[in-house]
Formats: sequence, C-alpha cells, structure tokens
Amino acid sequence: MSAPVKLSELAVGARAVVREMPASGSAFLRLREMGVLPGTPVTLVRTAPLGDPIEIKVRGYSLTLRKSEAAEIAVEPAISE
Amino acid sequence: MPLPPHLQPSAPPAPDRRQPVYALVGNPNCGKSTLFNALTGLKQKIGNYPGVTVEKKTGTAWSQHGQPLTVIDLPGAYSLAARSPDEAVLRDVLLGRRTDTPMPDRIICIADSTNLERNLYIVHQILDLGRPVILVLNMMDLAAQAGLDIRVARLSEALGIPVIPCEATNGRGLVELKLAMSRPDLPLPRHSWSIPAPIAAAVSELQASLVENDRRAPLIARAEALLLLTDQDTVRVAGSTTLSPRTLEIFQSWQKRWGTSGTDWAGSLVQSRYDAITGLTANVVRQATAPAGPNTSDRIDAVVTHPVWGWLVLGAVMTALFVSIFTLAQAPMDWIGNHASLLADAVKHRMAPGDLRDLITDGAIGGVGSVITFLPQILILFFFIGLLESTGYMARAAFIMDRLMSRVGLNGKSFIPMLSSYACAIPGIMATRTIEDPKDRLVTILVAPLMSCSARLPVYLLMIAALMPGNQVPVPAKVGLMLLMYALGTLGAFGFAWLFKRTLLKGEPPLMIMELPPYRLPRLRDVLQQMGGRAWIFLRRAGTFILGISIVLWFLAAYPKASAGANPAQQLAQSFAGRAGHALEPVIKPLGFDWQIGIGLISSFAAREVFVSTMGVVFNASADDKENTAPLQQAMGKARWPDGRALFTPLACFSLMIFYVFAMQCMSTIAVVKRETNSWKWPIFQTVYMTGTAWMLSFIVYQTGSALGF
Repeated sequence: MSAPVKLSELAVGARAVVREMPASGSAFLRLREMGVLPGTPVTLVRTAPLGDPIEIKVRGYSLTLRKSEAAEIAVEPAISE
Repeated sequence: MPLPPHLQPSAPPAPDRRQPVYALVGNPNCGKSTLFNALTGLKQKIGNYPGVTVEKKTGTAWSQHGQPLTVIDLPGAYSLAARSPDEAVLRDVLLGRRTDTPMPDRIICIADSTNLERNLYIVHQILDLGRPVILVLNMMDLAAQAGLDIRVARLSEALGIPVIPCEATNGRGLVELKLAMSRPDLPLPRHSWSIPAPIAAAVSELQASLVENDRRAPLIARAEALLLLTDQDTVRVAGSTTLSPRTLEIFQSWQKRWGTSGTDWAGSLVQSRYDAITGLTANVVRQATAPAGPNTSDRIDAVVTHPVWGWLVLGAVMTALFVSIFTLAQAPMDWIGNHASLLADAVKHRMAPGDLRDLITDGAIGGVGSVITFLPQILILFFFIGLLESTGYMARAAFIMDRLMSRVGLNGKSFIPMLSSYACAIPGIMATRTIEDPKDRLVTILVAPLMSCSARLPVYLLMIAALMPGNQVPVPAKVGLMLLMYALGTLGAFGFAWLFKRTLLKGEPPLMIMELPPYRLPRLRDVLQQMGGRAWIFLRRAGTFILGISIVLWFLAAYPKASAGANPAQQLAQSFAGRAGHALEPVIKPLGFDWQIGIGLISSFAAREVFVSTMGVVFNASADDKENTAPLQQAMGKARWPDGRALFTPLACFSLMIFYVFAMQCMSTIAVVKRETNSWKWPIFQTVYMTGTAWMLSFIVYQTGSALGF
C-alpha cells in the first residue's frame, strides 16, 4: 500500500484510488453524485494548457475539476506495473 | 399480452383523464434532445417556465393506437439535487411542486450505455418516486464499439421496469419505446436499496411530516425526504411551492444532531446509492473485449487540449466563427435592409401621404427593419453555438479558458457567451444559459454588452475617418485605433466582472466540475431546430418591445411638424428628438458633444449603427450608402459650435468613440436582458452603470485632452 497523495499532485497518466474527501461543501457532494467517491479508481488524464483545471477519467468518462478542489481529495496511487 | 412474471402491472390510467404526460429525464449529453425530436417530430412548443429562464419544451407523440401523448423534455441533470435553476425545475416538476406543469404520469429515463454507472444515479433517484418508469439505454452501438456487453433483460428484471435498447440517432429502438409508452399497464419499479442506518430514522420522520403537513403521496414523500438530505433545498425558483415550516424544523433538528455526532449523512447516502448501482451493473455490464487503446475522443483531445495545438485550434474555431458571421451574414443583411426599404416604398406609393403612412414606413418598418437586419448574424451565432455544444467542443473551450476566466472570478463557461458578444450581445446573453451558477450567469450577462459588437463598427469607422481624414494617415494608425477600442471594451468587461464578483454578486468561487463529453458528430437537424427555436424566442419576446420603442423613436423625430417646405434637417432640429438633444446638451457638452450629436445618441437606441444615418439627416448629407460616407464626413468637417469652433475635433471624435465603447444604447439587448433576468432591475442597473462609465471616461478624456491643448 502506497502513501496517500493529493489528487492534484498525481502525475499525468497515473492511476489511483480515492481514499478520503471532505464531507461538507457542495463541490464535494456534486463530485460524489458524479461518481467520485472513496474507493473509486481514477486516472489523471491531463492538465489544461494553463495548468488548471485538471481532467480525470472516472467510471469510464472524463471529468474536469480545479486543482483547488483536487487538493482536498486524498488518493492512493496504484503501483505501476 | 401476458406480462413476464417479474413485472407487476400498475393500475391503467382512468379512461376519462386528460392526455397522458410523459417526462424525459437524463444526464446532459445522453442524447435526450435527439430522442425528444425523434418522438415528437416538429410538433414542439418551446417556451419558458413562468418566472424562471429555463426552457420548457413540450411536444406531442402518438401512441401505437393513434392516441396523442404529451412529452415534456426536462432539463438534463446528473442528480435530482438542485444546484441551478435548470435542476430546480426538473426536481419540482417530478415532485409535482410546480403549479404550472402537471406532474408527469410516466417518466422516460434516458441513459448513455457507454457510461451506465453515472447515468443510473439519477435513474436510481427517480425510481424512488414509485411512478411508472421506462428506461431507455441509448447509444447501444457506441457501447458495443467500446467492447461493452449489456444484458438488457437482466437489468429489466432487476429493476422491474421495461428497459429498451436504443440508438436515437438512427431511430433504432424507437418503435419498441413507443410500444412501451402505449401500454396501459406500465409496471411500477421494484426498487429496494438499503438506506444507511444512521439516517433511516430521519427519512421516515421527514416522510411522515411531508405526508401530514405538505400533503404528499406517501411514496413521493419518501423520495422527497431522501432528496432533502442531499439537496438541502437551497435552490428555489419561482413557481415552486414551498415546504411547510414543520418539515423544515424536523430537517434542521436532524442536521444539528448529525452535526454534533459527525455523521456524513449526505455523503453516505450518495455512497449507498452508488453501492446499489455498482451491484446492479456488475451483473449487467460485461467488458467483453478490452478497449483497444485510447478511443477517438482521447485522440482528438490529445490535439485539442494540447498546450500548443489547443490554442491554435481554439483560435481557428473562433476565427472561422467570426469570418462566417461577417461574410455569410452580409448578403442576407443587405437583402433584409433592401426589402425593408422596398416595402416602405411600396406602402408609400399605395397610401395617401399623412401621419399614418409615416408611422408605418418610418416608424414600424424602418425601426423593426434595423433590428431584423441583425437576425442573420444572430442565427449564424446560434448555429455555431449549437454546433459547438453538440460536438462537445464547447466543454473543451471552457476547459482551456477556465484559468484565464478564473482570474476575474468567473469560470470557463463564461468564455463563449463573452466571445459571441463581439458579434452581437443578444446571442451571447442567451448563451449564458449554459452557466449553472445564477450569480456567475448574471455577472456574464451584465458585462457581455461591453464587448464591442458589430453594430458599433460603423460608428468607429465613421469616427476614425473623421479623426484621421484623407490618406495622409498611415493605415496602421487607423487599425491601431480600432484595436484600441476593442481592447478597451474587453478590459472593461473583465474589469467589471472582477468588480461585480467581489461586491454586488459575491458568491462562492465558481466550480469547474464539468463533464468533458465524448466527441460526437453533430446532428444537423437538432442543431437547426435549436437555432430556430432560440431565434424565435428572441423575435417573439423582444419583437413587441422593439416595435414599441421604434414607434416612440419615430414619433420623437417626426413631431411636432415643422412648417411646410422645411428640409429633413430642419424638421429633425425642431422635433422632440431635436429638443431632447438640446435638453441633453448641458450634460454632454463636457464630453465635447453638442445637441446634434445628442440626437444621434438618442437614435442609437434603435441600434448603434443608426447613429451614422442620423448624422446624415442632421447634417443634411446623404449617408444611405454605407460604403461611402465621404459626403457625410465633409459635412461633419464643416460642422461648427455656435462660437465658430469646429465640432468634430479629433479629441471630440475620440471622446465619442470612448462613449460608444461603454454606453448601453441598444434596446434589443435591454429587452433580452429583461427576459433573461426576469426583472427590470438588472437591465436598468446595466444601462445606468454602463452609460455612467461611458460618461465619466469620455469626460476624463475630453477634459484632460482640452487642458493639454488638443
């Protein structure tokens, strides 16, 4: 098991599993409703040309969120094969 | 027909009832509009929910037995928990909270089969309602391409409702859907899932209160109670009935209790729904073949959102947009302009001279004609916006531009509306409907008209020609001055957006949680239908207002009548407009404008470019030919203040251009802002702040320039 990092700090192309996210705040409720929940695998696809927001792949679709939100989500990077 | 054993029939609707109402519900980008168009054909009514600017689309479909069925296309959403007016309308219609819309008898849920888990979330919420539901699995062809094997019969059995595989773009599955819709005995969903233990007690208490105090049916009450826990009922729109104080009291006391115990009620509720959904899809969806590397969308995105190519693509798309607006729109604009004057001439020949004739030709035809002239531009913009939306590029543009827009407190979704406003603020303002947050949307509406629209162009051109007459001035200087005007407007728009987000419309920092939908080939029919619908809304709602103001403007210029034999300049000078110009002179003199320019400012309310033709009348120079304003320029060069100073000094021309950059002078925009914000408060505020800024900046420019001896 690797140490949790912030979703915003994930390398491009890296896969990870969401571990913890804030309970309150409408942003995180919306993310949950769109399928980003503790235990969900995500892949960081790319960052926007100006460095923010980021694009992740989750449950088979692409989702963008800003780094400020991503910084509050702890993920556990998958061990690269 | 005997039912399969897992389906339980619902009571058939009573025969004497009104036409049955079907609601279409689904995620954004799941093909809902295409399905709606396929079901209803051209029999659609597009309007608004009273009191909110949410599009209400209803249509008529026909059952297999030839019975008419009402279909409501509800706004696309990921959840019934509302965060925007669109979502609030969706929730309120489904819960029967709106007095203006009947509670749907049956609900058709559409899900994108390539992405079933997220799409089933809202379906799962809707199943709670205990109403007859038909689930349509759209884009089955794309799911098969992605190597997904979906066991439709198993899903139908698990949910207890008809599930219909479908490809809305080519009509496959449509017959089966209509058959299901025609069934009198549509089954009720068999739907059970485990509500997390800590909140189950709250759900039953809220349910009881909703039944008792809010007169809800028990199942609806349960669904609404569950919804309250993730929705918090903060987004309310006009036309929706409110909850009883007792229910809210119970809800708040539970919130307090959970707050002290540290229970994450909303989060655990969403989690348990997704657990139920994953349990369902595990049995239904099989990844038959591994997807072969990155799919088409990923490959396109590698270019389109690339740090270098991304900007080039964005630049190319926007250039194509503007080039087509200015080239393609020219011919129809001229055609409309010519036919408006032909029509006016025809009326002139057939009617006896008199006030009524002038009212029709100069007031109604002239005024409305000057606004309709912009319709081709508006249509082309709507077409492009529809194209960008339906292909999926709109979301990429927002993704690329978000960082820049966030500097002034907006998000990437404000980019397209603001950019469109360079052509015309009207489609720009109407395109703000894609912005979810009401405050962000309002800020974008308030600043959009500061972007220099195409109606300002003739005014800039005339002023630049007057400012730098002849050919001695190098072209780059003229172009530079023109660019300066565009830059001023753009800076103004961003500056005011920044200011409004910090003061007047302070809110949470906008979110950028947005799906990047897969790229899809646009469906021309859907794009055209959307374009037509939006243009019609503009014409119908703004049309009456514009007609009224046109007649008022005509009246102001035509009365009181001058003595016989007066030329048009003398007539205008002593009309109400002329008098208003005189009355306005003390206010605009510090900006370097006299009463004659004042008349031009007033007439600009029809459309800013009318300034040019008004100047033609005022200075008795023919300016009918837009290309050739030389006679007008000469006449303007001769114009003098009573004390003999030249009127159109370079400084006065510059001051006038600054005024046109910032002033709100367009009645069509005012009409659209009134419509989109649903009150007179915002268009009035906008007119005051923009025109006030224009006055102050022109004042500073003219007075500083005069003091420096220009």
